[in-house]
Amino acid sequence: MIDREQVLHVARLARLELSEDEVGHMSEELSKILGHIEKIGELDLMGVPPTTHVVEVPSALRPDEPEPSLPVEVALASAPAVAGGGFLVPSPQAGGE
Amino acid sequence: MTASDLTRLTAVEAVAEIERGDVAPSELFEAYRAAALDEDLNAYLWVAEGPPAQSPPDGAPLAGVPLAVKDLFCTEGVPSQAASKILEGYRPPYTASVVARLAAAGAPLLGKTNQDEFAMGSSNENSAFGPVLNPWDRTRVPGGSSGGSAAAVAAGSAPWALGTDTGGSIRQPAALCGIVGLKPTYGTVSRYGMIAFASSLDQAGPLTRDVSDAALLLRHMVGRDARDSTSVGFPGAVGTPTAERLDGIRLGVPEELVGEGSGVEPGVLAAFNATLELAEELGASVETCRLPHAPHALSAYYVIAPAEASSNLARFDGVRYGLRVEDGGLVGMYTKTRSRGFGAEVKRRIMLGTYSLSSGYYDAYYGRAQRVRTKISADFRAAFENFDFVVTPTSPSVAFELGSKTDDPLAMYLNDFCTVPMSLAGIPAISIPNGLSEGLPTGFQMAGPAFSENRILDAAFALEQAIGFDHSGARSAA
Repeated sequence: MIDREQVLHVARLARLELSEDEVGHMSEELSKILGHIEKIGELDLMGVPPTTHVVEVPSALRPDEPEPSLPVEVALASAPAVAGGGFLVPSPQAGGE
Repeated sequence: MTASDLTRLTAVEAVAEIERGDVAPSELFEAYRAAALDEDLNAYLWVAEGPPAQSPPDGAPLAGVPLAVKDLFCTEGVPSQAASKILEGYRPPYTASVVARLAAAGAPLLGKTNQDEFAMGSSNENSAFGPVLNPWDRTRVPGGSSGGSAAAVAAGSAPWALGTDTGGSIRQPAALCGIVGLKPTYGTVSRYGMIAFASSLDQAGPLTRDVSDAALLLRHMVGRDARDSTSVGFPGAVGTPTAERLDGIRLGVPEELVGEGSGVEPGVLAAFNATLELAEELGASVETCRLPHAPHALSAYYVIAPAEASSNLARFDGVRYGLRVEDGGLVGMYTKTRSRGFGAEVKRRIMLGTYSLSSGYYDAYYGRAQRVRTKISADFRAAFENFDFVVTPTSPSVAFELGSKTDDPLAMYLNDFCTVPMSLAGIPAISIPNGLSEGLPTGFQMAGPAFSENRILDAAFALEQAIGFDHSGARSAA
């Protein structure tokens, strides 16, 4: 069971703000989904390694050679705010937490 | 040929017409463009203004047959929003590798198709731009998350389309719309430029009218890409399926997915069994097989996929692209942007994933789920020692009514019961049309070992010819 406090804690971690209504729904829905998921707790998985990759791949490393990349102005073109060739963000000190 | 004749051709037929000089690529493009602009299923979010300025080079294998592409593939200068408000109006500065590869092979971009937001859903009702309607019955869902791609191909407003499959998002909508959908082996198609949902599961694949079209499109999709470190080369080439018989082919029907209590609707089961009988008539043997951990696949999937999503979707923070909602400070801006930009299902999965990855829960959820995944892969390996393919109905039900499952996320997740195990194991699986139940299409799913796409396509082709599915229901409903 995921209670209201846990929902609010996880929402803070995920940088989500939930309305009173959403908190109630989320608590109910997550509890139900996790109740279903918890069935995997019944399996004996002692000594079973976790899957890290489903298809065997050889080393994906390549030689470290410089290649062309997106020009700065193109990379910035979709940003909501830019300044001095970078992404402009609000001050971490102002407002909020 | 009239425009309506043109849009009735399969892609393979259209390539042949163009190569004979009977149809011009621009004529075919305009016929589909008109159909895409005219369609009333909400399958498209964007349609190209016209055929590409340059016609395909002589000998381009796809000859200019246009391609509909799921919204979450980045396409340079063209809206690529993953059907989310948080990316509304986003026009990326580059094109996904697979889209670029297909364009180079002669399949220009026709339009971007609607989907569940960030590919999270099984009904296409989670799109920020409204649901897609099923062309067989407009009161029903087309399936998801590649619902727009499936509906467009079924209704004839696209010759073929790209989708992505994380837990069934190509196969299930293909089944519900009466077309072919193939999820390739994980890694065989580059994920570069696909807006990520769950990186260890996401895989692009074709949605097509028939098996031959699926083989042709896949042939030009596969291949190692230096920009995707998880991509692998496809051994050999994807061939043209020609099999007429299934002599010696052993089909395994997993008791855990199809047997008593598995929740497959009677009509869907009847259509599935009829196809098994056809397979036997073609020379195949059919026996029950075991996938002991398959009943736990859905649980493992709904830990792994949301966990990876919660991490992937951390990038949507109002800094580099998409929506920004100001709130004085930095953290407030992140929070307001994400809360305003994401829809309910995306928030639910981010919450679920963040919870299962949070301090103290990792081993109990994500760690355990990845161990279950190992067991599921081992189950399939064991099954493939005795069987060529594992076969199931693609979806436990036919297309359901719009709104009928939106209030119950868990009931919605159960749609993926038969498709998720293959995703967790990274193996290829196809869904082909399998006759009707209650007047609506059902899908027949065949899964094989990693890199067995050619054998799957060949067997699916033989079955397809024997089934002789009548596609006209998707067009006459208009």
